[in-house]
Amino acid sequence: MTEALAITNIREENLMDRGKVGVICLIATEATIFMIFVIAYVFYIGKSLTGPFPNEVLTLPIWATVCLLSSSLTVEMAVRGLRANVRSRFLLWMGLTILLGAEFLRQTAIEWNKLINRDHLTIATNLFGTTYYSLVGLHASHVVIGLTLLSLVFLLSLSGAKLHAHERRVELLSWYWHFVDAVWVVVFTVVYWLGR
Amino acid sequence: MATVTYPLDEGRKAGTFSLPSLLHEWVITVDHKKLGLMYVITALLFFVVAGVLAAVMRAQLVVPNNTLIDPATFNRLFTVHGTTMVFFVGMPFFAALANYLVPLMLGARDMAFPRLNAMGFWLTLFGGILLYSSYLTGEGLAGHGTAPDVGWFAYSPLNERAFSRGTSTDYWVLSIMLSGLGSTITAINVIATVLSLRVKGMAMSRMPLMVWMLFVVSCQILIAMPPLTAAQIMLLLDRFLGAHFFDTQAGGDAVLWQHFFWMFGHPEVYILMLPGFGAASEIIPVFSRKPMFGRMAMIGATCTIGFISFGVWAHHMFTVGMSSKANIFFAISTLIIAIPTGIKMFNWLGTMWGGKIRMDTPMLFCIGFLFQFLIAGLTGVMLAIAPFDWQLGDSYFVVAHFHYVLFGGLLFTLFGAIYYWFPKATGRMLDETLGKWHFWLLVIGFHLTFDPQHFAGLLGMPRRIYTYAPGRGWELWNLISSVGVVIQGAAILFFVWNVFHSLAKGRKSGPDPWDAWTLEWSTSSPPPEYNFATLPEVRSSRPLWDLKHPEDPDWKYE
Repeated sequence: MTEALAITNIREENLMDRGKVGVICLIATEATIFMIFVIAYVFYIGKSLTGPFPNEVLTLPIWATVCLLSSSLTVEMAVRGLRANVRSRFLLWMGLTILLGAEFLRQTAIEWNKLINRDHLTIATNLFGTTYYSLVGLHASHVVIGLTLLSLVFLLSLSGAKLHAHERRVELLSWYWHFVDAVWVVVFTVVYWLGR
Repeated sequence: MATVTYPLDEGRKAGTFSLPSLLHEWVITVDHKKLGLMYVITALLFFVVAGVLAAVMRAQLVVPNNTLIDPATFNRLFTVHGTTMVFFVGMPFFAALANYLVPLMLGARDMAFPRLNAMGFWLTLFGGILLYSSYLTGEGLAGHGTAPDVGWFAYSPLNERAFSRGTSTDYWVLSIMLSGLGSTITAINVIATVLSLRVKGMAMSRMPLMVWMLFVVSCQILIAMPPLTAAQIMLLLDRFLGAHFFDTQAGGDAVLWQHFFWMFGHPEVYILMLPGFGAASEIIPVFSRKPMFGRMAMIGATCTIGFISFGVWAHHMFTVGMSSKANIFFAISTLIIAIPTGIKMFNWLGTMWGGKIRMDTPMLFCIGFLFQFLIAGLTGVMLAIAPFDWQLGDSYFVVAHFHYVLFGGLLFTLFGAIYYWFPKATGRMLDETLGKWHFWLLVIGFHLTFDPQHFAGLLGMPRRIYTYAPGRGWELWNLISSVGVVIQGAAILFFVWNVFHSLAKGRKSGPDPWDAWTLEWSTSSPPPEYNFATLPEVRSSRPLWDLKHPEDPDWKYE
């Protein structure tokens, strides 16, 4: 076997990083789940038989949107800080990201509290309630997952872990966070703009 | 070649080997080969169970006005049979082939995410166990111990709380959701392995066709599983929180469920089928002693099928009363998808044409597949024509059609694959004589069972009825159909006997019993944990041919 090669990790050159491929695949499949919920939302716009209707109870969540979208910038700054190996910069921006994400969730909680207790809109009230809570709730649950992971990274770094070696993984996590933000743009457009 | 000794092997040699340690080794394993084998065993066990369910249904239908089982039991039988065959036989077989073969064919050490891979397997297995545990703990109208009875596609509003009391439908939802998550994990793993772990020289264009098809299937799974998962989440919200997604009394739309289900369901048919195509594309060239005819056309056809499969779903819904525009669109797209499938038929036939065909058992199964899948495709084209479908939708003609696809097509290639790769996985050959008994009995049993169902369907017999009155011309067809099941059962017994017999006493295979050309045959049988000690240089799609025939290598022509 003269043409045989010793098998010491000899790979085709210029192959993609497997972590990147994995996260892109995850995002693709999650995006499709969201797409189905968006289709259901759009399909049922204006089909509720009884109130309350979207134009009566929904207000534009400007502040929440600002928080969430700017958190995409701060998480990018955190990744850059990590790449430059400046721990304080990483911690500062990552902490800010987590605060912005948490504020978004707080705004959602306030909105849901108002809808449930003042407007008497629950998931069982009508089709609007059904599709609204499931779509916004699906997104919020992704924010919770993202926040949990970001907090984990933050706490690890705080407790002295050398995250610089795992810069790639933190970057992949930031991709997921960007995805959660991008989904919010769609949710905002469909729920608070087209659907109202 | 492989002289590296691992501590585990030492332990075995030293005699410390015991059943608990063996069990422990398999439970904690993240090795793609072990996971692949566990997927095969899972798929075969569920195949036998679902086959028994089908046999009970055929026993009930053997004569008119039979009273062997009651209607409610019959409903549970066809629901659990269909669900099992699709999600716990077909999907595990995809995962089995993907896990066992993709790293070996690409010259990789393992899948891209081994631990995730193990999680995918256990999710699938426990999903299946959850489905069957409904027979013990599910609640339904009939009381305790009720399995799901809503059919494998669980149409709305039948699946809603008002019509499906108790928890049996929830068992259906949750078991499929778990296994769907497992399939998605496998799909992500396959894509990452293909894109990131190919050995030097293994360009995408040189990948074995099996890997190509599993890659396309994985891309399909990423997009096709979510509609089902999303619809099932909606259904759970309806059932547990009083949401109204599919609740027509609150303005919801039951047909929306059908759309979501078949947005998953039709790509799913190709997801199930393409691994079988992959097996045929590996076996037919080796046993015709020729390279694949029209390799690039085959890859192109596969990608085309993968793409168009997302645009045909509503041909399952012609009878629901869609607009004529929708009917025409889905009829045409369904007719179009027959074209790449036809291209594949000609690829396989062209490969056999002029070849030195060896009639070993793997090849026999592939030839059986070619004949049967052709007929399956033709009845598919018939059903694609909306007015024809209005006549025969929900009849036994449809049952015959998709059993031709999934049994006559998929299962035959999978048995071919088992005969072909069994020596690689175990180091021993399956017995040829028993294999031929298995093949011929299965062919006869298959045709006796499913050919008459076409006629019963044409004569108006609806699917999913638990019995029928005499005098409609259905008796003979049902009788023949049920007799065929007995012969199929005998064929499967031959297979089981063959497996156990060959595991103990089969002829030693050596690394490359079929004189094949893809990388998995360059390592020992069974392969060591690390897969390859050395790898031949990959310069074409048939690296082992190049190695064996340095005077006439493929890379001169590719």
